[in-house]
Amino acid sequence: MHEMSLCESILQVIEDEARLQSFHKVVEVHLAIGTLAGVEVDALKFSFDVVVQHSLAQDAELCIQMVPATGLCPSCGQQCAVENRYDPCLNCGSFGLQITNGDQMRITHLEVQ
Amino acid sequence: MCRVCGCSDAAGGSVPAGQPLQPVRTHAAELDTARMVKIEQEILGKNDRYAQHNRSLLAEQGIFCVNLMSGPGAGKTSLLVKTLNDLKAEIKFAVIEGDQETSRDADRIRATGVVAVQLNTGKGCHLDAHMVGHGIESLAPLPNSTLLIENVGNLVCPAGFDLGEQHRVAILSVTEGDDKPLKYPDMFAFADLLLLNKIDLLPYVEFDVEQCVENVRRINPAIVVMQVSATTGSGMEQWYDWLRTHQHAATDERN
Repeated sequence: MHEMSLCESILQVIEDEARLQSFHKVVEVHLAIGTLAGVEVDALKFSFDVVVQHSLAQDAELCIQMVPATGLCPSCGQQCAVENRYDPCLNCGSFGLQITNGDQMRITHLEVQ
Repeated sequence: MCRVCGCSDAAGGSVPAGQPLQPVRTHAAELDTARMVKIEQEILGKNDRYAQHNRSLLAEQGIFCVNLMSGPGAGKTSLLVKTLNDLKAEIKFAVIEGDQETSRDADRIRATGVVAVQLNTGKGCHLDAHMVGHGIESLAPLPNSTLLIENVGNLVCPAGFDLGEQHRVAILSVTEGDDKPLKYPDMFAFADLLLLNKIDLLPYVEFDVEQCVENVRRINPAIVVMQVSATTGSGMEQWYDWLRTHQHAATDERN
């Protein structure tokens, strides 16, 4: 549901960067989204097309790199893959994994003209 | 098909993780004037900066700020009204109410004599730090007071937006379901306190308190859980003690 506001934030970042880095048209927008970031990729793409209408990013393609989540186990100190926040440690079975990667929502780069 | 990375539709338009970025001209010759610009910015970076600003502003004045989050109907407003009526003689409060529409909740808060501002998010499903910044500006909470922010009733979206609060409190009522923490983990992952509300209704509903606590601790082992009823007042004293302790700490830090 909040994908619309995420897209509005993406467009703001793009517009700020356009002033700083002097570009007038955005062809591609590249994001790194963690699997635990709570983002629905389809909803994000849909919202993006709506939000960028009549902007310098109109017709830009949204390219999303999904980043798999990992967590640090406070009990055994090992890193492991995490699919859901409530998953136990794959090494020792303890709960309470501290997420070390995979919750980011980041704009990495743009292709511009 | 993505023209830079060549990611296919079969992968849902996504680039496989870890794939190195290629210079654009090696495989986008048709775009002679195209160039790649590095951004490396958090999508919610602007919100986080507003949140940090709110946090510093509040800390400077010894104001303790709580972001209360729950699904619709968990009893947030009733719990706040009860809290304000019981503690207003002791603690100076200000309240920010978030709802998509109407000022009904702020009206209920103001009826207790406590200052409140209503933020209507319109199409938005959560409060953000920019809106809250304006809310703080118009409320002008007193130094050494407690600012309670009642977020929009929604178990999903508010979790992603830092408002500048010191603590997050999740409210879940026993009329919902003891598996809610597993279904909506983000809300509970970042909360410091869970108020399990409407416990006076436990005899009439199928809700396993122990199971619920076990579920929430799977996501957040450090979370404090308090069982309360805003209707009967049961368990509310421990919540009040929590508020008192944090308010005093915020004041002490200022001095």
